[in-house]
Amino acid sequence: MTDLLASIGYARWALSALLLIPLAGALLVWAAPVQAAKRIAFAVTLVEFVVSVGLWWAYDPAGPVMQVGGWLPWIPAWGIAYRVGIDGISLFMVLLTTFLMPLAVLGSWSGITRREKAYYALMLVLTTGMIGVFVALDLFLFYVFWEVMLIPMYFIIGVWGGQGRLYASIKFFIYTFLGSLLMLVAILVLYFSAGRAAGGVYSFAYDHILRYASLPVSAQFWLFGAFFLAFAIKVPMVPFHTWLPDAHVEAPTAGSVILAGILLKMGTYGFLRFAVPLFPRVAMSPAVSTTVITLAVVGIIYGALVAMVQPDFKKLIAYSSVSHLGFVVLGIWAMTVQSTQGALLVMINHGISTGALFFLVGMIYERRHSRLVADFGGLARVMPMFAAVLTLVSLSSIGLPGTNGFVGEFLVLLGTFRTHPVAAGIAATGVIFAACYLLWALQRVIYYALDKEPNRKLPDLTRREWGVLVPLVVVILWLGLAPGAVLRRMEPSARHFVAMVENRVPRMAGLTPEPGPPPAPASPAAGGAAAGGRAR
Amino acid sequence: MLLGPSLAVSAILFTLGVVGVLLRRNAIVIFMCIELMLNAVNLTFIALSQQLGLDGQVFVFFVMTVAAAEAAVGLAIVIAVYRHKDTVNLQRINLLRG
Amino acid sequence: MTPLAGGIADWVGLAIALPFAGFLVNGLLAFVAPRRRALVGAVGVGSVVAAFLVGVAVFLALLAAHPAEPYVVTLWSWIPAGRLQVDAALQVDQLSVVMLLAVTGVSSLIHVFSLGYMGDDPGYARYFAYLNLFVAFMLVLVLGASFPVLFIGWEGVGLCSYLLIGFWFEEREKADAGLKAFLVNRIGDAGFLIAMFLIFKHLGSLDFQAVFAGAPTALAPGGATVTAIALFLFMGCVGKSAQIPLYVWLPDAMAGPTPVSALIHAATMVTAGVYLVARANVLFAMAPVASAVVAGVGALTALFAATIGLKQWDIKKVLAYSTVSQLGYMFVGVGVGAYAAGIFHLVTHAFFKALLFLGAGSVIHMMHRAYHHTGRHADAQDMRNMGGLAAYMPWTARAMWVATLAIAGIPPLSGFFSKDEILGAAFARGAAQPFYYVVWAFGLAAAFLTAIYMTRLMLYTFHGPNRTGEAERAHLGEAPGVMTWPVVTLAALALVGGALNLPHVGTLEHWLDPVTEASAAFLPALAPAPGVEIALMAAAALIGIGGIWLAFRALHPETLLPPERAPRETGFARLLLEKYRVDEAYRAVIVRPLVWVARNLLWRGLDAGVIDTAGVNGSAAVARGLGWLGSRLQSGQVTSYLVIFVLGAIAVLAALLHPSLSAVYHLWAR
Repeated sequence: MTDLLASIGYARWALSALLLIPLAGALLVWAAPVQAAKRIAFAVTLVEFVVSVGLWWAYDPAGPVMQVGGWLPWIPAWGIAYRVGIDGISLFMVLLTTFLMPLAVLGSWSGITRREKAYYALMLVLTTGMIGVFVALDLFLFYVFWEVMLIPMYFIIGVWGGQGRLYASIKFFIYTFLGSLLMLVAILVLYFSAGRAAGGVYSFAYDHILRYASLPVSAQFWLFGAFFLAFAIKVPMVPFHTWLPDAHVEAPTAGSVILAGILLKMGTYGFLRFAVPLFPRVAMSPAVSTTVITLAVVGIIYGALVAMVQPDFKKLIAYSSVSHLGFVVLGIWAMTVQSTQGALLVMINHGISTGALFFLVGMIYERRHSRLVADFGGLARVMPMFAAVLTLVSLSSIGLPGTNGFVGEFLVLLGTFRTHPVAAGIAATGVIFAACYLLWALQRVIYYALDKEPNRKLPDLTRREWGVLVPLVVVILWLGLAPGAVLRRMEPSARHFVAMVENRVPRMAGLTPEPGPPPAPASPAAGGAAAGGRAR
Repeated sequence: MLLGPSLAVSAILFTLGVVGVLLRRNAIVIFMCIELMLNAVNLTFIALSQQLGLDGQVFVFFVMTVAAAEAAVGLAIVIAVYRHKDTVNLQRINLLRG
Repeated sequence: MTPLAGGIADWVGLAIALPFAGFLVNGLLAFVAPRRRALVGAVGVGSVVAAFLVGVAVFLALLAAHPAEPYVVTLWSWIPAGRLQVDAALQVDQLSVVMLLAVTGVSSLIHVFSLGYMGDDPGYARYFAYLNLFVAFMLVLVLGASFPVLFIGWEGVGLCSYLLIGFWFEEREKADAGLKAFLVNRIGDAGFLIAMFLIFKHLGSLDFQAVFAGAPTALAPGGATVTAIALFLFMGCVGKSAQIPLYVWLPDAMAGPTPVSALIHAATMVTAGVYLVARANVLFAMAPVASAVVAGVGALTALFAATIGLKQWDIKKVLAYSTVSQLGYMFVGVGVGAYAAGIFHLVTHAFFKALLFLGAGSVIHMMHRAYHHTGRHADAQDMRNMGGLAAYMPWTARAMWVATLAIAGIPPLSGFFSKDEILGAAFARGAAQPFYYVVWAFGLAAAFLTAIYMTRLMLYTFHGPNRTGEAERAHLGEAPGVMTWPVVTLAALALVGGALNLPHVGTLEHWLDPVTEASAAFLPALAPAPGVEIALMAAAALIGIGGIWLAFRALHPETLLPPERAPRETGFARLLLEKYRVDEAYRAVIVRPLVWVARNLLWRGLDAGVIDTAGVNGSAAVARGLGWLGSRLQSGQVTSYLVIFVLGAIAVLAALLHPSLSAVYHLWAR
C-alpha cells in the first residue's frame, strides 16, 4: 500500500486534494439539479473518504513530526502562506471528519426536505473548513479555516434547525466568534513578537512562531487566556458550555453529528496544537493547570449529572458531550503519554459513539417527531434492531470494556492518575454517572411496556439507516478490541507533545531541535518532501 | 479699520442664527438662520482679510457657492418633506427617531 | 519452556470463542428466525458444552504438566500506550482452570435446564444469546491474564446480568432491577479502576504475573499503598459479589428468569469478587488491614443477610439472601488468608446453590403451569402458596434436601467441609488477632441461621399440607426430564463435592499452591491445633443440626395461610420482611438528593439560571439595554440634535480657550 501511494505521489497532493474536493463538490451540487444534490454530495464525501484513507499508510509513525505536507505562497509580504501537514494527532481528526461526512450526508437523506442544494453545498464547504482547521500549519490559515467552518454551521442550524433555531444559531455564532476574535488578537501579537525575535522575518508559520515568539510570562498569560477561551468555548468546558445543548437540540441530525463529532474536537485539538505548546509555562503553571483540571473534572461530573435529568434525549446527549470532553481536557493537562493518547482516543470515540447516538435519536425523531424520552417506551418490542444498536452504542458511550469508549477513558484516567491522582479518582466516578444517565434514558426509551399508541407501529431500521450505523458499529468494536494500530500511530505525536511541553526551555520550545533561522515555509514543505522522498 | 465693529456685527449675526436654529420650528426659517450663520462667518472672513491677506476672501467665495448649492438641495428636501407630511414643522418630523 | 506450549492450552481461547460464536448465531437467529427453537437450543447448549470439553482438555494438560508458573497465551496486543502494554492474553494456571471447569460445568447444566424452563418463552433465542454471551464474558473474567482483560469480563458479565435481569423488560420492576444491578456494580467498578491506576502507578504494569511478582519487592508490606490497592480492589468485589453496603442489587436481581439467578446470581458471576481476591492473594496478604476489612465485611454480610433470609416469603428471595450470606463466607475465607478454602467454598456453593435455584425454578415452573391451566393469578413464587410439593415433585424435593443439608453444613456433604475450613482458618487467626474470633463467631451464627432458613424453605415448600388450591393441584407434577436431570446431577456434586478438599488431604489446596504460595510468606499459620480442629468441626456440625432441629420444632407449615389471608407482620419480623428498609434509606439519602441536586440546583439553577439567564442572556440584555439608552438620544427632533451639537461646540471651544482645560486637551492630543 505504501508503495502504491508513493508511486502516485500521494503525499504531495493528498491534503490539498482533501481541501479542494469538497469545494469542487459544492460547486457541482450548486450547479446540478436539485434531485441530484444529495447523491452528488454523498459521492463527493465518499471520494473524499477514499482519498483520505491513504493518509493511514502515508503517515509514518517513525518519520518526522509533521508529514504529508503542502506549501504555496499566499500573501508573502506578511509571511502568510498555505502551509499544511499532519501528525499523529491531526491524522485521526482528518480521518474522523472524512469518515463521518458520508454518514452525515446519508443520515440527512430523508430528514432534509427544504433547500437541499444549499444544504448539501454548505455541508461540503463545512468539510473543507474542518479539514483545513486540522491540517493548517500557518496561524493565519488556521484562523481563516476556523471562521470558514463557523459560517456553514451557523446556516445549517439556523435554516434547517428546529423550533428555536434562531436563538440557538446566534448563540452558537456569538459564543464561538467571541472566542475566536480574542484568538486573532493573540495570533497577531505572537506574529509580531516572533517577527521581531527572528530579526525581522515575519511569518505566520506554526513552527516559526513556536520557535521565535518570546514574550514575558505576564504577556504570555493573557495570550494563553485568549487562546484558551476560544478553545474552551468550542470544547465546550464548563462554564462556557451553554451554547451546546441549544445548538444540539435545534440542529438537524447531521448538524448535531458534525457538531459533536468534529467541531467540538477543534477545541481540544486547539489545546494540543496551539494553546499548550505555544505557552507551556503558562499552561502548566500550577495555578492555570489546577484551574483547568478542576474545570475538566467539574465538567465530567456536572455534565453527567445535568444529563441525567434532561427530559429531551438530544439535550441529554449534548450534556454527555460536556462530560466526555472533560475527559479529553483532563487527559491533555495530565501531561503523560498515556493520558494524551487516551485524550486523542476519547476524541475519536466521542465522535463515533455520540455521532451514532445522534443518528439514532434522529431516526426515532423522524418517525415520531419527538425527542422527549417520556414519549417513548417499549421500543425494543417494535424496533428490536434499533434497540440492539442503541444498546451497543450506549454501552460504548459509557465506556464498557470491549468497546472503544473504555480504552480511551481508561488511558486518560490511568495517565492522569500518575500526575493528578485526586482528579483522576474523582473523574473515575464519572463512569458511574455516565451509566446512570445513559442507561436510564435507554431504559425508558426501549424498555418498559409499549403503552403509547403512536409507538405501536414504528418501523424498524431501513436499509439506508443500516448503511449509516454499520460503519459506526464496526469502528466501535474495532477500536474497543484492537486499538493497537491507532494507538501506535498516535504515540510518537503524543510523546512529542509531552516532551515539547516538559522541556521547558527558557524560551518557548521549538519544533525542530536544530538552531538557525528557518526560511518560513521550510518545515512543512520539508516534511512533504521527506514523504515524497520516500515515495521515490 | 472698523475691525472691531465688523466682528461684533458678525458675532451678533451668528448668535441670532444659532438662537434661531435652536428655537424656531419651521424648517424654512431654520434654513434661513443657517444661511445667517454662514454669512456671519463670511463677514468675519472679509473683516479679517484686511490684516491676514486674501485667503479669507477666497474662502468667502467658496462658502457662497456651497451655500447656494445647499440652498438648492435643502429647499428641495424641505419641499419633498412637505409633500409627504403636509408640514414643515420640525417637531412633527422625527423619522430618525431611534 | 513450559510443556503446555504447543498443546491444547494454546487453544484455551476456544472456550471463550465457542460461547461467543453461540451468542452471535443465536443473536442473529433472534432477529431472523426466532421460531427455530431446536436450532437455538442446540447452538446454545452445544457451544457451552463444547467449551466445557475444552476446559476438561486444558485441565488434563495442566494436570500432566502442573507447572509452577502460569502459562500465558497472548492473542494480540490490546492497548499499547507507552509504558502501558496490555495484551489480549489468557492465563492458564491452577486457579483459572478450576474456575474454567466450574463455570463451564455448571453453565452446561443450567443451559440444559433452560431448554425446559424457557421452552415456551417467545424470547427463547434472545435468552440463549444472552446466556451464551454471559458464559463468554465469564470465561474472559476467569482466564484473563491482566487486570484490564479481567475487567472486560468483569463488566461484560455485569452487562449480561443487566440484560438477563431485565429479560422481561416490559415489566417496569424487572427492567429497573436490571438497571439497579448495573449501576450498583458500576460503583464498585469505579473502585476497581482506581485500584488498577494505583497498581500501574506503583508497579508499572497491569499483567498478573508482573504485578504479583513485583509487588513483594516494590511495595512495603502493610504499607499505605498496598492497603489502598487492596481496598479499592475489594470495593469492586463488594459491588460484584453483593457485600455490604452494595448488596442491594442482588435480591432485586431475582426478577430475571430463574436459571439466570442460578447461573449468574448464585454460581458464577457473583463469585467473581472472591476469585479476584484469590487471584490477587499476594496483594491482600501484604495488606493485613485490608484483609481484615475483607473478612469483617464478609462476616457481617453473612450474618446480616442470613437474618433477612429468615423472614422472606418469596422462595427466590430466600435463596438470594442466602447467596449474599454465603458470599460473605467466601470473603471471610479469602480475608483470613485461606484462599484455597474460599475458592473451595465458591465451588461447592456453585453446586448446591445452583441446585437450589434450579429446584426452585422447577417449582416455580410447575406452579406457573398450574396457574396457567386454571387461569388463576397468584404469586407462583410465594411459599405460602405452595406446601406439600414433595408428593408431586419427589426428585426435585430429594435433590433440594441434599443441597439444604450441604448448605447447612451437615457432614459429610460438600458444604460442611468448605465452611468448616473457612471457620477453622478464622479461628486459627484469632489466636494472634482476637478480631478474628469475632469473625468466627459471626460465621458460626450465620451458619446456624442458614440451617434454620433453609429448613424453613424446605418445610414450607415441600412439606405440610398443599395450599395451591384444588383446581391447580391436578396440574402439579414433576418437572420434565430436561429440567430434573441437571438438578439431580448437581445433587450428586453437592453430595460428594467435599472430596475435592478433604481435611488433611487438601487436594484443591495443594493444587492451588503455585497460585497462593507467594502470599504464604506474609501470612501466619492457618491450621488450628489438632484437638481444637476436631472441636471446631463438631461445633460446626452441631450448629447445623441444631438449626435444622430448631426449625422443625418451631415451624408449623400446617398453620400457614396464603398471602392474602396472612396477618400483617409486626415488630422485628416486619423489619426483617422489609429487609431493614435499606433500599428505602438509600433512595432517600442518595438517589433522591442526587437527582434533586442535578435537576434543581445544577440544571435549572446553575445552568439555566446562572449561566444562561444571568450570564449569556444577561450580557445580551445589557447590550440591548445600552442600545436602548443610545436610541433614546435619537429623538428624531432636529432641534434637540442641534442643542447637543451647540453644547458640544461650546464645550470644545471652552476646552481650547480655558487654560486648565486646554492643558488636558494638549495632553490628550499628544
